[in-house]
Amino acid sequence: MHIKDTPAGYGLVSRLFHWLMALAIFGLFALGWWMVGLDYYSVYYHSAPDLHRGAGILLLIALLARMAWRVLNVKPDDAELTPFERKAAHLVHLGFYPLLLALMLSGYFISTPDGRPIDVFGLFSVPSIIQQKGLEDTAGLVHRVLAYVTVGLAVVHTIAALKHHFKDKSNILARMWSGPLDR
Amino acid sequence: MTFRLAPLAVLAASLAFAPPANAADYDIDTKGAHASIGFRVKHLGFSWLTGRFDTFGGSFSFDDKAPEKSSVKVEIDTASVNSNHAERDKHLRSPDFLDVAKFPKASFVSKSVTPKDGGKATIVGDLTLRGVTKEVTIDAETIGGGADPWGGTRQGFAGTTKFKLADFGVPKDLGPASKEVELTLHVEGIKK
Repeated sequence: MHIKDTPAGYGLVSRLFHWLMALAIFGLFALGWWMVGLDYYSVYYHSAPDLHRGAGILLLIALLARMAWRVLNVKPDDAELTPFERKAAHLVHLGFYPLLLALMLSGYFISTPDGRPIDVFGLFSVPSIIQQKGLEDTAGLVHRVLAYVTVGLAVVHTIAALKHHFKDKSNILARMWSGPLDR
Repeated sequence: MTFRLAPLAVLAASLAFAPPANAADYDIDTKGAHASIGFRVKHLGFSWLTGRFDTFGGSFSFDDKAPEKSSVKVEIDTASVNSNHAERDKHLRSPDFLDVAKFPKASFVSKSVTPKDGGKATIVGDLTLRGVTKEVTIDAETIGGGADPWGGTRQGFAGTTKFKLADFGVPKDLGPASKEVELTLHVEGIKK
């Protein structure tokens, strides 16, 4: 069992980051979509946004840790890809980091410009750093657009992975699930 | 920014070409913030949720001897809604409530003033909110007036009115106890 990444594939830590964050991103997207349409008298009117904010902060922490982990690890081999595929994959993978960072920061700025902190499941809270009237409107627009872009990119990423798995009979998807195969 | 400044420019131009002020025309002192427009709506029927509009302007004309000849005009920047909670204010500015992108201004223009005893009066006028213009009645009261310590003349009033949110096309239903909103205006005018 590899903890770190090797040229042959991704280690345990990278795979956990990948699948848990994928789950969290799609989950938060669905939750966000659903919660903004809730009726004022829905029992979830407060708990759903609380969950969305708390999970979003945890996802932000996970993202920062994942970026650090990526720098500390070797990049698994992608020699089987065509030059175009390699370039596209690289662009999509690297695109996710700034996109997710901006997505989560914009969410933070919806909830905090009046000085209120974000509570993370009662464990700790993230203080407000910028108090500016009206910032919540800009942040809200950015958050919505980036959420669609991120999920759109994730769908492209998924389709590409399935194409390599089923059409090209490549092990790219398998090694992201079960780790590098010792040869 | 430019679209918010445009009405101000129109206001400034109309002031510049207005006929000479008679003895009883006043500008509402928003510069010194001796005026406020607040609102309150019942929350679940359990308490009053209060808020205000931070940006507005207006003028009135007032004659001590003939209060029935008075008139008042107020314009509110709807995006300046402030209930001391950024997320709620964002929601209040959205199409669910004020829809400020589509309706950046609300206004009140008086049509008649009926004086009553004890410095009180009934002001009937047109309130425009969310693009809907409807008649509302403000119960007004003279608070005081006269020379201020800095060489000017001031006159102040308080007024309240209430109306149903749905009457002005607000689509969001906040529940059976929260269908009405009360507006409270405190205005102090400086004589032109």
